[in-house]
Amino acid sequence: MTAVREIGSRGRSAARAARPAFDGRRARFIALCLLPGVVFVAVFTYYPMIRGGVIAFQRYNLFDLTATPFAGLENFRAVLADDRFWTALGNTGIWVFASLTFQFVLGFGLALLLRRHFRGRGLYQAWVFFPWAMSGFLIGLLWRWMFNGEFGVVNDLLIKAGLVDEPIGFLSSPGWAMTSIIVANVWYGVTFFAIMIIAALQSVPRELYEAADVDGASRVKQFVHVTLPAIRTTLVLIVLLRIIWILNFPDLIYSMTGGGPAGSTHIATTYLIEQVQNGDYGKAGAVGVFVLGLLLSFSVFYLNATRFEKARD
Amino acid sequence: MHRPTSLIARTAKAVVLGIWLLITVFPLYWILVTSLKPTSEIFAVPLRYLPGSPTLDHYRELFSFSSFGTYLVNSLIVSLVSGVVVTVIGVLGGYALARFHFPGRGALMLAYLVTQMIPLFIALGPLYLMMSGLELLNRLSGLMLVYVAMLVPFSTIIMRGFYERIPTALEEAAMVDGCSRLTAMVRVVVPVMLPGIAATFIFGSVQCWNELFLAIAFIDSEETKTIPVAMNSFITQYDIDWGPMAAATVVSIIPTLVLFSFARRYIVEGLTSGAVKG
Repeated sequence: MTAVREIGSRGRSAARAARPAFDGRRARFIALCLLPGVVFVAVFTYYPMIRGGVIAFQRYNLFDLTATPFAGLENFRAVLADDRFWTALGNTGIWVFASLTFQFVLGFGLALLLRRHFRGRGLYQAWVFFPWAMSGFLIGLLWRWMFNGEFGVVNDLLIKAGLVDEPIGFLSSPGWAMTSIIVANVWYGVTFFAIMIIAALQSVPRELYEAADVDGASRVKQFVHVTLPAIRTTLVLIVLLRIIWILNFPDLIYSMTGGGPAGSTHIATTYLIEQVQNGDYGKAGAVGVFVLGLLLSFSVFYLNATRFEKARD
Repeated sequence: MHRPTSLIARTAKAVVLGIWLLITVFPLYWILVTSLKPTSEIFAVPLRYLPGSPTLDHYRELFSFSSFGTYLVNSLIVSLVSGVVVTVIGVLGGYALARFHFPGRGALMLAYLVTQMIPLFIALGPLYLMMSGLELLNRLSGLMLVYVAMLVPFSTIIMRGFYERIPTALEEAAMVDGCSRLTAMVRVVVPVMLPGIAATFIFGSVQCWNELFLAIAFIDSEETKTIPVAMNSFITQYDIDWGPMAAATVVSIIPTLVLFSFARRYIVEGLTSGAVKG
């Protein structure tokens, strides 16, 4: 009976849309559905995150918890006075920009090649997409071994190809180490872009291309005037998400170089983790808040610059 | 889609795709080959691209000299249990978000989305203090609690996306037939969504299987180490015993490889249906 009544109320959808029926039974059901998730996220995600933000303004060292006084901006000052932090910040820029650019270009290319169905495409994708299911930690190890200065296969291949005469100390020389972690990250991340862009490409209505064909537009013209505008919104969004994600992705660096040699591959996040491992939660919190502020301002700037809202219309 | 492609274009495409496949697969091949070489061959120049005398010694070493079997079981428990819990929570929460308009719905969606963007590492220190206060350090249950919380937003948003593709008429018909909403959801809607549910479960489990930093922060005892923690403790700053390490890498890839091959299609679909976390 109650079910029937509910269906009946659904029928009056105009009234519902204006002021949703919100009887106790329905509210209880909604609460029942949402409660477990909300509790988990509130207790184990939001609470510690906010706490982390507060700790940034406290003197909070794990090895001396006798007093955790309010310290104002002391932690921020300590972080900003640390040369290693500035190096890490600069590295973060290089790491994000280079990884993103190569992942995007190669991923886009791969998506275009995989756009149309061909025999064995499913199997091909299964192999090519697989790195995405691996952990950054393992990928770091994989490449750490391949870039090994003495027994690394990369050196061996380069020497065989006649490109270098001597093995390169990829992970032991500061200049090469950054390049090496970026290569590994590109290898890993191309797939993500490919997946997302393929999906976007497949959502472009065929009629648009047919019309362009009738008009005699060339492939390149179709790409610029049909494909790109149609998937622009998706591109803007996945680039933003990707930037955030690459920035928050210390796993690969952690196992590949540990931030070394001499801090040359530390990014903000690995630097933060180092502070946590040193037990200095105050300083770690300050780095976190700083990075978060940076991310938020960047996101706002980026969405504005790409006129994202407008693009949606 | 249109216009026939020339033979040259097709060949060029095949070559490029072939090269990319090689680049993708080679590192995996290389770690496998390394794990099968005797130590003397691993550290021999010139390098051998095929093992001269393949051996399972490193795998044996892994399981007899370290408790890799225990770590493996721990990782399986943590991943599967967290995966199940996260999926159930997502199935419930996604339904509420997809089917009802209630006050605070938008705010909740936003709150969930924000967790996907804020670096979790800010929470690392406070989480450690919490876990220690609740006496959950070195316990698999503690790790699972945090993993579930970490994955709830993703699973809920993904499931919401799946529900929205399924017509409301489906459960309405069941409710006309006298089912309660919950029964209608469980008996009628959920079966239709099994592929999406499977994808959410597999994605969640794989994330837990791979997670490193929370695990190394909370787990330190031999009995409760998960695979990433154990592998991390194999690394000392300048020295890695590459034979067993390669074997450990191969072992820890296998479960994800199996799951991934089952769910690849659904994961790709799910990822593109709205919520995204690389």
